[in-house]
Amino acid sequence: MSANSTIAAARPQIRGAATFLPPIILLAGAFVAFWLFPYDLGFMTRILIMMVFVLSFDLILGYAGIATLGHAAMYGCGAYAAGLFAIHVSADPLLGLAIGAAAGALIALVSGLLLMRAHGLSLLMLSIAVTMVLQETASKARGITGGADGLTGISMGPVLGIFEFDFIGKTAFWYAFCVLFVILLVLRVVVASPFGLALRGIKDSPSRMRAIGTPLYRRKVAAYVLGGAIAGIAGALTAQITSLVSIEAFNFALSAEVMVMLVLGGAGRLYGALIGTLVFMTVHHIAAGIDPFNWLFVIGFMVLAVVFFLPEGLISLPKRLMRLD
Amino acid sequence: MTVALSIVVDGIAYGMILFMISIGLSVTMGLMRIVNLAHGGFALLGGACAHVLTNSYGIPFIPALLVSVMAVVVLALPLERLVYRHIYRFSELEQVLATIGIVFIMIASVNLFLGSTLLPIRMPPVVSSPVDLGFKVLPLHRIIVILAGLAVVTALYLLVERTRFGIYLRASVDNQATAASLGIDTPKVYLAAFALGAALAAFGGILGAELLPIEAYYPLRYMVLFLIVVAVGGMGSIIGSFVAALSLGILDTAGRYLLPDIGTIFFFLAITAVLALRPNGLLVKSS
Repeated sequence: MSANSTIAAARPQIRGAATFLPPIILLAGAFVAFWLFPYDLGFMTRILIMMVFVLSFDLILGYAGIATLGHAAMYGCGAYAAGLFAIHVSADPLLGLAIGAAAGALIALVSGLLLMRAHGLSLLMLSIAVTMVLQETASKARGITGGADGLTGISMGPVLGIFEFDFIGKTAFWYAFCVLFVILLVLRVVVASPFGLALRGIKDSPSRMRAIGTPLYRRKVAAYVLGGAIAGIAGALTAQITSLVSIEAFNFALSAEVMVMLVLGGAGRLYGALIGTLVFMTVHHIAAGIDPFNWLFVIGFMVLAVVFFLPEGLISLPKRLMRLD
Repeated sequence: MTVALSIVVDGIAYGMILFMISIGLSVTMGLMRIVNLAHGGFALLGGACAHVLTNSYGIPFIPALLVSVMAVVVLALPLERLVYRHIYRFSELEQVLATIGIVFIMIASVNLFLGSTLLPIRMPPVVSSPVDLGFKVLPLHRIIVILAGLAVVTALYLLVERTRFGIYLRASVDNQATAASLGIDTPKVYLAAFALGAALAAFGGILGAELLPIEAYYPLRYMVLFLIVVAVGGMGSIIGSFVAALSLGILDTAGRYLLPDIGTIFFFLAITAVLALRPNGLLVKSS
């Protein structure tokens, strides 16, 4: 009885206007932003890429309930793989994305086989350790990765052989947007599929899921690999659009920021990830622009305010306002 | 042989600092089940206070140390009563987010008043004078740090094993509900443990300023290190944290001395191996 209602509650976005409205709003928002802020295309492209990255973390943390602080590992591997692929093999962007996804998935698989056996604090620490090992390796392998100077000399061919990357960043903006859009649609299908429901079940009650015969470990590894592939795509996008991969792609601060953005927006909701990223990066950008020294106050108080007053994230704000309790 | 001794002595001094700063984190994580990412912030605030007292006001080191530790305690008490008390009830993720918010505000405050440069703490010149131990000459500072670390671990051990407060604390760590139903004032135990942890973090931060220099981003920079000590030592275990901090100190120092190129990789691979084999920490009883 209660299991039925949970599944029914998990699937409402599949029917009715709710299916089409959010993607249309997203599309309209992109057009409006494109026309309103033609001089901030670079920054807005960064937001779009970060949205892809945070979405990948939402699948792992928000849906499967796997809390890690090393999500930058997959992002960095995707970025380096796509950068090296563009330099040495082919300048085609879409092939590069595929390579980035494969690299992210591969490192997620290798590390996930170990990580998904751990829980709580040791899982957090293990995921950090994996990222640190990768960062140090990239930093020492100067011959291949350029070490601390970063990987330079990436030049991309046109997207689909038609759209050249331009100086203002118009192509980059729409390229990143299309990738985000496709990934969002894919994730909507994934989280509503039996696999996605199993992940939610694992998050809410692992023992019950084990009792009904779900192989927890394999599902978690699968979720980690899928999230890793998407994170790799985000890294590849950064490499292709900025033509640079720096060692900071593996930074601990990046993993921590992704978690903050996700929980800020609302973990376990795809649009929560998007809203959290948009709000965090915009506030960060504006506050740092107004006062480059004290912007951290703004971020700190914003984060505290959300945790104390909107524990389900910014995405729950409209519902809270409607109820006004 | 000399190299081995150097590694051991330097590693132990480093480990003692790690222990003093991390032990409060370990106790609060074991006791209140709270992931307090802001813990390093107390070391930062203590260090920043000691910097101001010794450099701007010319107060000698020892009084400055005591005043700074007291100042951090005075700050930690209302913080626990007003803010952390609510955070205990949060889910793990919300705790991470809330305490990261607190870290940001601590960093921004130090940044606002003192800037983002290094904040050196002036110590009496005798501290840096070399002492001949027969097999090795090392700065007095290292010896002071090692002795202070030993004093702290002994005092903590006696406090937890031999006093009434220790009994209350252990009871609350093992089972908070049962402890409360037996009449132990657990909120007060929490408050005392929290303040003690903050005081030790400040103490360790100030003493260790030569090894882990104080600056505004200190809590974020070394957060991973402190958390690793807790994870390897096992949450809530004093002896576990002590052993973990010393081993990690020696391991890290050995890596730097012997394998300067891949020292960090080696360090984190070792951590990965330990955590993969003993996910609850080196010495923790399996529950």
